[in-house]
Amino acid sequence: MDIAPVTSTAETAETAFERPNYLNAAYGWKSWLLTLDHKRIAILYLISVTAFFALGGIFAGLVRLELLTPEGDLMGPDTYNRVFTMHGIIMVFFFLIPAIPAVLGNFLVPLMVGAKDLAMPRLNLASWYVYNLGGLFTLWSIVHGGVDTGWTFYTPFSTSYSNTYVISTALGIFITGFSTIFTALNFIITIHRMRAPGLSWFRLPLFIWSTYATSLIIMLGTPVIAITILLVGLERGFHIGIFDPKLGGDPVLFEHMFWFYSHPAVYIMILPAMGVVSELVGHFARKKVFGYRVVAFASVAIAVLGFLVWGHHLFVAGESVYSATVFSVLSMLVAVPSAVKVFNWTATLYEGSISYQTPILYALGFIGLFTIGGLTGVMVATLGIDPHVHDTYFIVAHFHYVMVGGTIMAYLGGLHYWWPKMTGRLYSVFFSKLSALLIFVGFNLTFFPQFILGYLGMPRRYWSYPPEFQVLNVLSTAGATVLGVGYLLPICYFAWSLKYGAKSGNNPWGAVSLEWDTTSPPPTENFYTTPVVTHGPYEYVREDVHNRLTQEANFE
Amino acid sequence: MNSTPLVAGHAHGDGHRHPAHQFETMEQQKETSTLGMWLFLVTEIMFFGGLFTAYVIYRNMYPAAFAAASSTLNVPLGAANTAVLICSSLTMALAIRSAQVNQRKKIVLFLLLTMVLGTAFLVVKGFEYHDKFVESHIPGDKFKPFNFVLENEHEASVAYAADPLYQRHAEIFFSLYFIMTAIHATHMIIGIAILAVLAFYSRRGKFDSGYYNPLEMTGLYWHFVDIVWIFLFPLLYLLGAHTK
Amino acid sequence: MAEHHVTPIRTYVYVFLALLVGTGLTVLAAEFDFGLFNNFIAMAIAITKALLVLYFFMELRQSTRMTALTAAAGFFWLVLMIGLFLMDYGTRMAVVLPVPGK
Repeated sequence: MDIAPVTSTAETAETAFERPNYLNAAYGWKSWLLTLDHKRIAILYLISVTAFFALGGIFAGLVRLELLTPEGDLMGPDTYNRVFTMHGIIMVFFFLIPAIPAVLGNFLVPLMVGAKDLAMPRLNLASWYVYNLGGLFTLWSIVHGGVDTGWTFYTPFSTSYSNTYVISTALGIFITGFSTIFTALNFIITIHRMRAPGLSWFRLPLFIWSTYATSLIIMLGTPVIAITILLVGLERGFHIGIFDPKLGGDPVLFEHMFWFYSHPAVYIMILPAMGVVSELVGHFARKKVFGYRVVAFASVAIAVLGFLVWGHHLFVAGESVYSATVFSVLSMLVAVPSAVKVFNWTATLYEGSISYQTPILYALGFIGLFTIGGLTGVMVATLGIDPHVHDTYFIVAHFHYVMVGGTIMAYLGGLHYWWPKMTGRLYSVFFSKLSALLIFVGFNLTFFPQFILGYLGMPRRYWSYPPEFQVLNVLSTAGATVLGVGYLLPICYFAWSLKYGAKSGNNPWGAVSLEWDTTSPPPTENFYTTPVVTHGPYEYVREDVHNRLTQEANFE
Repeated sequence: MNSTPLVAGHAHGDGHRHPAHQFETMEQQKETSTLGMWLFLVTEIMFFGGLFTAYVIYRNMYPAAFAAASSTLNVPLGAANTAVLICSSLTMALAIRSAQVNQRKKIVLFLLLTMVLGTAFLVVKGFEYHDKFVESHIPGDKFKPFNFVLENEHEASVAYAADPLYQRHAEIFFSLYFIMTAIHATHMIIGIAILAVLAFYSRRGKFDSGYYNPLEMTGLYWHFVDIVWIFLFPLLYLLGAHTK
Repeated sequence: MAEHHVTPIRTYVYVFLALLVGTGLTVLAAEFDFGLFNNFIAMAIAITKALLVLYFFMELRQSTRMTALTAAAGFFWLVLMIGLFLMDYGTRMAVVLPVPGK
């Protein structure tokens, strides 16, 4: 049973779909590969990131398969090192960092600010090609055996001892970094200078605020990983000794430089996800997001504070205890704006008129799972706890809760919400809700046991473990299987919907934000006439609230 | 619509220009791209900044070795190169100014002068690199033991100077020297290439007081590369000067 | 269409000369050992030169507040990075463990 589409006044879903839009504006591969339309570029990115997600998922499956038994029987230890390293590199650099900004951001930013396109469309297309060029280098490395250093590339192993294709992988990451910088630059100048008439900063959707804050992080942080990874390549190639102690260098300097970017990188992954959740919560509760300005400022606060905490990755690396204390305190501080957002979403849902469609299911899942992940983050920021759980599965569970339970859930929620906007099609309600359930159950079954495993002392990145840990590992692998099925289903029913899905009409959700004021799918120029904005993005008029307030007023 | 990659917007016969389709006015287009260039420069600050950070850390760790290594660099050449770059910033600024006052021929002249000065900088750099190669101060497998001991009694003691680790510390200085100046030089080469394209278009009359945004953005880039050198010169060349 | 006024050539030339003087100054200052102040003097001169280039050549004095904020943020972030790195390296003390019995 599919949702009865709510169409705009005059036309049916059929006629809305048949209008000239960005999908039927031109056909042929050149019209896609040389497009300057941000919406088409978003679709191109959708294909690329999905492909990398699948590849990263295969590596994850191999890890979980090996860990089914305590002995290392599926593969040797060197191979296992390569498998978990490539899982990390692909997921972090080629999926989690680009996904929401490059797919949802590219599609929605011009629509949400009322512009015809991003400020620099050619730069946008270039960013997709650069992304794929970086991906190509990394794929080449994988074909030749991958890298075994861990996605963190710690020196001097990566520079002096590893026998794998470190340089080509490093090059791939270096190149892909430019892709995110181009996208972020485009977003910042578009949001600053191309808002429609009447669209003041505080009438912007919270997704735009999050995307803006994310873009700030990208501009300030990505160049540092670029230079760091360049130095790793140079040291490996020319034996120059910046990070190798035998040559007078300092490996801790590498860790500082690496984490100076890589910690803000996790906020690059989570902030857009929070932006999506703000949208979903507001629109599916049919209420203004509670404390709009506070949520907006919290996004910027997370971006800024996120740069001041990287030292918590070096607590056991030889960092001075004074420095560690400062970083510990700052790390707890950065949890505050994130918590504020969770409170505000909850307050938005309270007394909301919630319609339990698939997108809000993902958002609700996000709120719960991100809270758990975030709280365990505060735990590991504590100097008394971290030395015990560092490099154990506790850490692995912590970051998977925020990255998978957080970012990926929000990404899927956003895809399910904006799919009709992007394609003009509806997907199967049954299968989408089933997937959401499978993903939620599978995820928790996979990663909750890992908290326990880590606390009990199982180290991470080991290809074998003591037999007493097997039960929890089996549970984890079972969960991973369920999770895998949950992830496969959307690929199937989304693809199916492109050909057989019901036409959605312009606004199947009845949402009131600017991107829904145009057709679904939108025309190439986004809006038929330049919109003039007179209200915020969550202005819902609700009969029940209106009646209650009127009654209360009449009593006086 | 007919936009070339560098020069967005197009002019009509009457000289009245239209912005690219996503913009409403030329003003909006200009402000947006200028902000974009400044944002790009911010990424450059952090990119070079990583190297400056590594430099600060190692200089604090090994002050004596760094001072000794630094004193093998040619200060007069470095100072002359600094003057050359500053001169090129002047000519760049004058090129933009010429566009603002509609002096087409002067735009081309000053752009070419900037290119010449930039190239001169690179040539001098080339000679300096050659010197380092001859002295075997290039880091890596071919790095030769470094026999320079500082005269100044505040600096390295004889024991430290005999320590092989001292060689490694000095080698780190040279690593940073080569990487920082090479990346700087790469930026200069890219800048000169862009200037060549701009000079070509200027000769064709693409720029005047109504439209000179690409010149301005390239100018920002060029001046930034100059600023990087303004910091590189004292940090790399002048550490050991007072110890000679 | 130039919404800001054209800077006179004289101004550019004066800035150019000031930058040259600054270069000479820094070379001269390096000949002397001011102890702890060596770095401070060199950086003060370099920062002044950079500000001259930013303000006059890069036209920051005629730019919008947003542009100036962007430039300032960039440099501030670099200072932040160096500062926080030094916070670690600067607080690592050499520890001399007591020898038992002595």
